Amino acid sequence: MTTAGQQFLGALSAAHRDRLLAFARDRSFPAGARVFDEDAEALRFWILRSGLVALDAQVPGQGSVVMETLGPGELLGWSWLFEPYRWHLGAQVREPVEAYEFDAPPVRAAIEEDPAFGLELTRCVASVAIGRRLRACRIRLLDLYGVPHVPSEGSPA
Amino acid sequence: MTALMTGTLPLPYRVVRTADETPDTAGIVLEPSGTPLPEFCPGQFAMVYAFGAGDIPLSVSAVDGHRLTLTVRSVGAVSGALRNAAAGSTVGVRGPFGTGWDVPADGDVLIVAGGIGLAPLRPVVRRVLAARERYGQVAVLIGARGPRDLLRPGETREWQEAGARVLTTVDRPAQGWSGDVGVVTMLLDRAAVAPAGTAAFVCGPEVMIRATARELVHRSVPAERIQVSLERTMHCGTGHCGHCQLGPLLLCLAGPVVPWDRARPLLSVREL
Repeated sequence: MTTAGQQFLGALSAAHRDRLLAFARDRSFPAGARVFDEDAEALRFWILRSGLVALDAQVPGQGSVVMETLGPGELLGWSWLFEPYRWHLGAQVREPVEAYEFDAPPVRAAIEEDPAFGLELTRCVASVAIGRRLRACRIRLLDLYGVPHVPSEGSPA
Repeated sequence: MTALMTGTLPLPYRVVRTADETPDTAGIVLEPSGTPLPEFCPGQFAMVYAFGAGDIPLSVSAVDGHRLTLTVRSVGAVSGALRNAAAGSTVGVRGPFGTGWDVPADGDVLIVAGGIGLAPLRPVVRRVLAARERYGQVAVLIGARGPRDLLRPGETREWQEAGARVLTTVDRPAQGWSGDVGVVTMLLDRAAVAPAGTAAFVCGPEVMIRATARELVHRSVPAERIQVSLERTMHCGTGHCGHCQLGPLLLCLAGPVVPWDRARPLLSVREL
């Protein structure tokens, strides 16, 4: 319901959006590219303009298990904002990606220098990325589509 | 007033065929053995009898004159009997019951389905795509537990070719799944519809309906333009038994399709 690339950026005021984008460079990833690995240092982050990225974890005996996918407009990576600045999951490109790429250290420095910018960016990461994904994760925990625990045949489907 | 007119008399319908759609779900095509019931509208439901087992409510997933297609998930004795009904056998059908989807004549259309909730929305998609030129953006967002739980994947590909933006996500990907993973609400921002001018249709588990409707309102889709299909225990279908009561609503009459501005205050009341 938003223009690609605007979902995360659209939550920022114009001034702070421009300030953030001043740190950005264009970046492309081909399908299959590994963007980052679990527990590696979180030195960059991305805002996707197109494509699809899978967040995954390595599970013994199962290999790479996909937890979630991110598409256009979404923030890829928030571990760069919070200590210990290491990725909690890995990321692999499923469909070719065009993105804004940011180096984390100068953005973190700008957050420290400009509390208004820092507050808004942190709020945006918390609400648009972390909060939304947390809500989605909690819904998935309910396993809504599984067989009802108390089978009810009284509801039209 | 006759029993037929009041919807209390089941009429015999012949099973034309059943076809598995997922490991526990089948489409069942019925046609009247004699006198047909009044024509069903998309979103309405029928009470379907497996003789000797009982009856359950089923929404219509396609209407072709008096021929009905229903989608049944086997979760108990009656649904199991219907899912396995042999071609040529007879079932009883009452209906049509309840409110249908109010499909607009133009504008953007957003359809959000969770699990078997795609079945009652299928006639909406087909109606919109049959007059595709009248509509703006048409998006169909589908969520399911896993790839093998997706209803009619071949048909959803046809919808894409007919001009709908179809996005699918699963909670539990299997080996080889290359699509989206996550809940269906995470697809909303890729729907490319204009919120203020969109008619939204939502069907699935109630938690998914609530989450989707809230996200749509947050994105400025007017609550009265969001239609949801609610589930409560349907029994008589005629507003007498009260099993389907949701606050002031008897959903077999005032539902199952209800606008979100009416449903929202009721769904926030615990134990209602």
